[in-house]
Amino acid sequence: MLLPFVEWMEASAMGTAIRESTWAFAFIESIHLLALSVIGGAVLVVDLRLLNLGLKKHSVAELARDAWKWQNVALVVLIFTGIGLFSSEALKCYYSTPFWVKMTTLVSAIFFSWVVRRRVIFAADGAVSPTARRTVALLSVTLWFVVAAAGRWIGFSG
Amino acid sequence: MSLLPFCQWLAETRGSIALHESLYMYPLVESTHVIALCLFIGMTVILDFRLVGIGFTSVPLTDITRRLGPWMQAGFVVMVITGVLLFYAIPVRSYQNIFFRVKVIFLILAGLNAAVFQWGIYRRVAEWNMDKKVPRRAFMAGVFSLILWSGIIIAGRMIAYNWFDCDRKQSEFITWAAGCTPHED
Repeated sequence: MLLPFVEWMEASAMGTAIRESTWAFAFIESIHLLALSVIGGAVLVVDLRLLNLGLKKHSVAELARDAWKWQNVALVVLIFTGIGLFSSEALKCYYSTPFWVKMTTLVSAIFFSWVVRRRVIFAADGAVSPTARRTVALLSVTLWFVVAAAGRWIGFSG
Repeated sequence: MSLLPFCQWLAETRGSIALHESLYMYPLVESTHVIALCLFIGMTVILDFRLVGIGFTSVPLTDITRRLGPWMQAGFVVMVITGVLLFYAIPVRSYQNIFFRVKVIFLILAGLNAAVFQWGIYRRVAEWNMDKKVPRRAFMAGVFSLILWSGIIIAGRMIAYNWFDCDRKQSEFITWAAGCTPHED
């Protein structure tokens, strides 16, 4: 069902241009990595705080104000550069298990961030139980970890 | 002085060959290197954003350095260990790789930048700890850190490409900069 779309992406002008250029893929990949380090910091600084580690003196909501903004800026850059990378090797990705692991966890991580975690990190102090906060942080770290690790593994397969 | 003979000797050691040829160990080490990047550079980015004034400006600087410092250091240790292992697996090609050399230079500069910050303006942090707009020298330390670590990530990623490898025909400049030797295979 998705194959026609993947074939269209692979044949698209963007996919062809990136694939045929010597530098394009490497350059886009580097930007992808820069955004990865930003989202890493933005997610971790809040998740550590939810686990009662790191910046303990500050409220979660205070840290979340800036961290949430940068998390989403980085996410937008990651998605756009990711689409570029995907288009240049769409068929390879289609047949890659790590790619589908990454996409599944990525959708879960974004959904979880926006629906559950966002409410928890912006909630007033004491409104969410410590156990719930810890669970949210662990789920968040785990989901993003799998996204990054599976993403790296796309490059090792096939 | 050339480190090439040392790299050639290293490449012949059993551990280097084993890691180089390993089906899973090498990718695992490389993935760990990338994941640790999220922790180490992620925390560095938080500190730099604070210095540059584009995030976390309500947090006193010493809270960030003291509370996030240990996490940054933990990430750094993992980066160094996995980085050394990656070099150990492919010593000669890395040594003669132009991007690897750029990365090493940038790493030294990033270290100097951090040292200048730590032994300079940071000593008087008590005077500006709560300021949203930090002194110019602290601001510049943040700017340089962001630029240098970005360069390190980009150069590090580029090591994987063989555009400037010595076994391909290269310009005189690249031959010199990458330390290519006449064919001796």
